[in-house]
Amino acid sequence: MENIYLAIVLAPLIGSIVAGLWGKKIGTAGAHTVTIIGVAISCGLSFYVFKHHVFDGGAVFNGAVYTWAVSDGFTFDIGFLVDQLTAMMMVVVTFVSLMVHIYTIGYMKGDPGYQRFFCYISLFTFSMLMLVMANNFMQLFFGWEAVGLVSYLLIGFWYKRETAIYANLKAFLVNRVGDFGFILGIAVVLMYFNSLDYEDVFSNAGNLSNITIQVIPGWDWNVITLICMLLFIGAMGKSAQVPLHVWLPDSMEGPTPISALIHAATMVTAGVFMVARMSPLYEWSETALSFVLIIGAITALFMGFLGLVQNDIKRVVAYSTLSQLGYMVVALGVSAYAAGLFHLMTHAFFKALLFLAAGSVIIAMHHQQDIRKMGGLRKYLPITYATSLIGSLALIGFPGFSGFFSKDAIIEAVGHSELFGSGFAYTAVLLGVFVTALYTFRMFFLVFHGKERMDEDTRSHLKESPLVVTVPLILLAIPSVFIGGLTIGPMLFGDYFGSSLVVFKEHDVLAQMGEYFTGALGFVLHGLVTPAFYLSMAGLATAWYIYMKKPSIATHFKEKYKSIYNVLDNAYGCDDFNDKWFAGGARRIGNVLFKVGDAKVIDGVMVNGTAQTVGWWAGVARYMQTGYLYHYAFAMILGLVGLVSWIFIV
Amino acid sequence: MFSDLSLLSLLIWLPIVGGFAVLATGADKNPGLARLISLVVTVLTFLLSIPLFTSFDTTTASMQFVEKASWISSFNIHYHLGVDGISMPLILLTTFTTILVVAAGWDVIKVKTAQYMGAFLIMEGLMVGVFAALDSVLFYVFWEAMLIPMFIIIGIWGGPNRVYATIKFFLYTFLGSVFMLVALIYMFTQSGSFGILDFHQMPLSIEEQIYIFLAFLIAFAVKVPMWPVHTWLPDAHVEAPTGGSVILAAIMLKMGAYGFLRFSLPITPGASAELDWLVILLSLIAVVYIGFVALAQSDMKKLIAYSSISHMGFVTLGLFVAFSIYENTGSYQGAALGIEGAMVQMISHGFVSGALFLCVGVLYDRMHSREISAYGGVANTMPIFAGFAVLFAMANVGLPGTSGFVGEFMVILAAVKSNFWIAFLAATTLIIGAAYTLWMIKRVIFGEVANDSVGKLQDLNRREYWILGSLAVLVILLGVWPNPLLEVMHATVDNLVTHIADPKI
Repeated sequence: MENIYLAIVLAPLIGSIVAGLWGKKIGTAGAHTVTIIGVAISCGLSFYVFKHHVFDGGAVFNGAVYTWAVSDGFTFDIGFLVDQLTAMMMVVVTFVSLMVHIYTIGYMKGDPGYQRFFCYISLFTFSMLMLVMANNFMQLFFGWEAVGLVSYLLIGFWYKRETAIYANLKAFLVNRVGDFGFILGIAVVLMYFNSLDYEDVFSNAGNLSNITIQVIPGWDWNVITLICMLLFIGAMGKSAQVPLHVWLPDSMEGPTPISALIHAATMVTAGVFMVARMSPLYEWSETALSFVLIIGAITALFMGFLGLVQNDIKRVVAYSTLSQLGYMVVALGVSAYAAGLFHLMTHAFFKALLFLAAGSVIIAMHHQQDIRKMGGLRKYLPITYATSLIGSLALIGFPGFSGFFSKDAIIEAVGHSELFGSGFAYTAVLLGVFVTALYTFRMFFLVFHGKERMDEDTRSHLKESPLVVTVPLILLAIPSVFIGGLTIGPMLFGDYFGSSLVVFKEHDVLAQMGEYFTGALGFVLHGLVTPAFYLSMAGLATAWYIYMKKPSIATHFKEKYKSIYNVLDNAYGCDDFNDKWFAGGARRIGNVLFKVGDAKVIDGVMVNGTAQTVGWWAGVARYMQTGYLYHYAFAMILGLVGLVSWIFIV
Repeated sequence: MFSDLSLLSLLIWLPIVGGFAVLATGADKNPGLARLISLVVTVLTFLLSIPLFTSFDTTTASMQFVEKASWISSFNIHYHLGVDGISMPLILLTTFTTILVVAAGWDVIKVKTAQYMGAFLIMEGLMVGVFAALDSVLFYVFWEAMLIPMFIIIGIWGGPNRVYATIKFFLYTFLGSVFMLVALIYMFTQSGSFGILDFHQMPLSIEEQIYIFLAFLIAFAVKVPMWPVHTWLPDAHVEAPTGGSVILAAIMLKMGAYGFLRFSLPITPGASAELDWLVILLSLIAVVYIGFVALAQSDMKKLIAYSSISHMGFVTLGLFVAFSIYENTGSYQGAALGIEGAMVQMISHGFVSGALFLCVGVLYDRMHSREISAYGGVANTMPIFAGFAVLFAMANVGLPGTSGFVGEFMVILAAVKSNFWIAFLAATTLIIGAAYTLWMIKRVIFGEVANDSVGKLQDLNRREYWILGSLAVLVILLGVWPNPLLEVMHATVDNLVTHIADPKI
């Protein structure tokens, strides 16, 4: 099996290198062929690995590929840990990636950076696989930063656009703030466990559960809590949780296929994956879990609100991603890791679908992204319309669609939890359901129904996208409908995840729910009597009423509650705050340190000051050496007089 | 078999003799021949240095490839050479970098080509001498002699403000070295030997150690350079020609850190343990303060120079966390991690800063400006160059998979064992380093074509492509598989850690 794992990782890497280094030689067709073959191999083998681990009961693989470094008795390996959790992630990543690769042929057609684009997305697939397959923290960090790099490159793919290169710098820096916490977390892990290997760390977690550290003198911290908090700061960056969420909406400057792949389906869920992978650590710290829960709940609700006021089709979907990531994180917080991962999976399919459908709309609209200038697209783009409808219903959790199962499970799980903050979180995720339905169908109605608001020229050119675009949409629509119902049983209430996840009995909300779980159909029927269902229907109906029936209401609201609208429109002012205090503050500090510290104090006073002092004394001394004989004679006489009188006085 | 060849002597004297041969071709009479001889000599020197790595015995901490002959017998001074796991990688870095420098100046240096190339060759021999010398007088001679070619290189082929910069550079470093000389002579009077290895074994009271330590600190801190004696470096870099900047950043800065490893730690372990807080404090100031200062730069070379100072802060931090690790955890486990991390950081910084200065050189040769604001959208006209620039920027930022990550990672892991807040401050470089490096990339490489001159830029020629390409390969190789480099260090570093655990009083 080891060779298969290696092949899964290396196939996309090789594709990426070929497309990157010899892109010009192999041409556009060569570039997409070689990368798609690479990812297809990777995807096919991932399905095989999935079958091996899930259906054939294959043993968990944990082994090193090579030794990266040895120092001071610590061994840092590159190695794989492949179990059911990894297998699921591998399938999701490679499948979505393959769909996006194919879709890109249509979306990026004619772009001068065509080969470069394929190089990047294959490199991304490699990095993401390294991340999910890691068996140690060092490699996890490698994958973590490598996906960040590709994200940086892809957000700034159209490097001529000022907004794009602003957004990619911002994304990198905000992620670095998270990684700053992450690397400190890793360092603390090494300090207390003397190893970065997952197996060593997880099996010893219990022994360290009572050890404390005084980070701030006089304030004892549980070591595991400290580690979990620091690692979660990393997750907040990557999975865009408040307050490190600010980069994700701007990341929409990148081409749409990568918004689907990186900024919806896979990379941004790395934080969720990481926390689930670290469940043997998080279980020991209720403080950290509460922190996770509260941050997730804030993100789920408050980012949803922002989706209501966006007019750019991609930004609506981006805010919905933020909100859905919040749901996943909430699930982690209540120890329902399986539910978080389950939502991660369903979300990967339907959100990739929604982004790619949005991309299809954007192609048809000649890169117009403002939903106020769309409308009535249903008859022009039938396939895009149908698949978007599926994606939207899955997103709002319409009973029977895959999103319904995962979201309902999270809400129920939070309801069962007794952790500090779960009451607040329950309210937030429940209200979030209404908000989700409202913004989703606001967008849906504005884009596909109602009056055609585009200009005549655009209208005359409207046509359905080519097959390379629509086929991936259809292929993603299938799991968006079915995957939830098919897998909820084993994933949430069966032993699908086996030993990959650790949940303590007193935290195990999913086990409590499992007691009355009778199958997918029963879950749907039960769902019909929960508040979540009514809230989502209310959201849908409100969207219909406001945007289809009485459009004047929206403008009326906007006028009447202008202050609320402004707060939302400014995204709570986070960007302004960061620009002013962090970005601006750092530049001001830099300027002061440079102009005062370096230039004035060190160079001005110390260095050149010393030189000037020496020069001044030398200048004084020079007056004594005039070269005139009578000056010297005079000095000699003075000296003689002085000497003689001194002798006499003594 | 290679030790019979007096390999180290060959590595010192071949480039020096070669340098004089190049000078003999006459000022501008035959620049083609001067270039050719330089290239042949540097490549030959590099090839000869490879056996140092391949036949290096990784199991022993003692000196290898040793040569010893009496030099000035009345003062017991020897011509004594030898390498261990600390110095050997640095010699390879030197011989490799010099090839790049010769290639980088190939058709760029049009005035006094022979002197330019000759100066670099002579300097190469002297630099190898610094790393190979085991007699402190020999060391001191190489250490000071090396300043002369660099003084000339900046003074003749430098920018408009070169006179101020050279004098500042010379006086700063010379002032520091004088203190070292006093310390060396003092130790000679006490021990009757100038042998560095004898100094290592020499018992010293804590007062003596502290004075000697401070004298060394001044000498090496200037060279590293550490805050607040760093201001000569940005000026020297800005005025130096590309080759000078590369040697300065890639090798000369390493000599300060090498001095800490070869002199301060083993000769004065007691004082190092007493005063480690001072070095750690200055290192952290270098990382944080200088990081912010780099953010304020508008000149690319100055920015990279400040970035160098900040990265060297990681080196000095890694070297000196050992003692507080012991205080905090009661064991020296983690000390070797810090020291080896610092050493990897030295090698990596040699590649990365050298590459970044070469990148600026590529732009400067075309546009004759180092101002960030003169550029914008270079990626449009120089896509291959842009690829390299982004790669080296990422290495500078410490991205895993590049060499820049390895040292930083190891030092942070070690630092947290000494004190959480030391690691915290050191790790801020993840953010600040990314900010100043990538902000520069954004303004120079990305964006619309800023002006006509950028619009007319030609992408890399073949020579430039191979120079940057070879560095790119090394940066990635070291990032993906640092173990071979670490292996040669283990025995020496473990020995050093045992040695410094004993304060010699």
